[in-house]
Amino acid sequence: MHSKLKVLWIDAVSCNGCSHSFLNYPYLEDLFEKIEFIYHPILESEEFKITDFDILIVEGALKDNFLRFDFDLKQLIKVLFNKAKKVIALGTCAVYGGMFGEGLMFDKEKEGIFHKYKNKIINISGCPIHYDWLIYVLEMLSQNKNIILDEENRPVEIYSFTSHSGCNRNEYFEWKIDAKWGEKEGCLFYESGCQGPFTHSNCNRNLWNEINSKPRAGMPCFGCTEKTFPKVGLFETETFMGVPANVPLGATKRGYLTLAGIAKSLTNERLEKKLFRYKNEKNNFKN
Amino acid sequence: MKEVKKEQIMKTALQLFAKKGFYNTTIADIAKEMGMSVGNMYNYFHSKESLAKELLMYISQIFGNEIRKINETNISTKEKIRKIIELYFVMAENDPALVDYFLRVYLSNKEIFANGCEGMLCVSPFVTEIMMFFEEGVRKKELKNQDFFVAFGLFMGYIAGLAFLRGEKIIPTSLENYVDAVSENIYNALKA
Repeated sequence: MHSKLKVLWIDAVSCNGCSHSFLNYPYLEDLFEKIEFIYHPILESEEFKITDFDILIVEGALKDNFLRFDFDLKQLIKVLFNKAKKVIALGTCAVYGGMFGEGLMFDKEKEGIFHKYKNKIINISGCPIHYDWLIYVLEMLSQNKNIILDEENRPVEIYSFTSHSGCNRNEYFEWKIDAKWGEKEGCLFYESGCQGPFTHSNCNRNLWNEINSKPRAGMPCFGCTEKTFPKVGLFETETFMGVPANVPLGATKRGYLTLAGIAKSLTNERLEKKLFRYKNEKNNFKN
Repeated sequence: MKEVKKEQIMKTALQLFAKKGFYNTTIADIAKEMGMSVGNMYNYFHSKESLAKELLMYISQIFGNEIRKINETNISTKEKIRKIIELYFVMAENDPALVDYFLRVYLSNKEIFANGCEGMLCVSPFVTEIMMFFEEGVRKKELKNQDFFVAFGLFMGYIAGLAFLRGEKIIPTSLENYVDAVSENIYNALKA
């Protein structure tokens, strides 16, 4: 590959959220020593033209009869696919269809129209993507290193984890103690719809903007990296006769129920009550 | 070998508890019935309470294994309800000591089980399979989605109540005669 990786970034049917997330990367200047955007929808770049490049990034979903730069979107992407050494499907829309349409390699559960080019595709799902996920892929490509992908072409370095891994509410998950939206204590899995235990991502191992994640802040993970995104009823746990419809990735339903039943039968007194009390405390410091 | 012997002791204890009652049965009685010395009995169970807890887990495992077989059979939820009720009623007829232990010892003497059998710790295999059964019934849209305990109480409360009445000889004929009618009622109450 070239000394500087030439990247063509086009936006398909997109909200540009992945671009915005990417622009939060604090070390963009360092990145630009290794790559250059020959076109980017938001960053300053030359006018779009079909030219030579190394990496194609597609942000957003596909749709029939959608024009981009006066080309039919799907036709344009097909032409660019043939020129690209690697294609990064960026964001859940580009990977699975997400909010707006169909993805490149997948159309939700089905194969997408570019599935036949899967040897070229690297899928980075997320709504939006975490900037580090894209940086990791670009860094690896710029160093000509092999990126190990899973069966859905997602880098295993990122997607072999679940967003439950590293969640600072895990103590409450272990003891089956529920939380309401925005509360500091408790687990959001039981009632508030948190999909962390079965969502592939490293959101709680590699924090957002280096400080936080949704569950840490009190908002349930809504499974934005998955082909099922967006689900209906994002903030409610679907249950069948009180049993969660989805159990942690890798667990059997029977195994989960046995473990949960045991945990529920015992108590952890420290976690049963609030760790933080702000009211009626004599020693509260007044501003 | 030790496990086999333990199982024999539990089965013997079960019969004695049913015949004489839990509090009227001593470790010495169980040892005598087994033809063992009391000292040797303590090599297997260090107290009557620990025997009681292991017995509860043992029975729960037997029930759990049987319900699991039904859960893993490819039949409708309605048929599964019938199979579970048949299983319970046949067991109540053929091995009343098992059902008796659940109703008269476990549920009536919580103090024996307060330490070590909290919640569903000692009945987990049985309750887990009931949950599996309900969950799948709702998932297949054959049962109404509702609170677990509302359904559990209706199901188990009903059939355990009948087993209790049968144990008291208030119900004069075999519970097996009630399988169809009770299954029908439970299905009608739980169906989607």
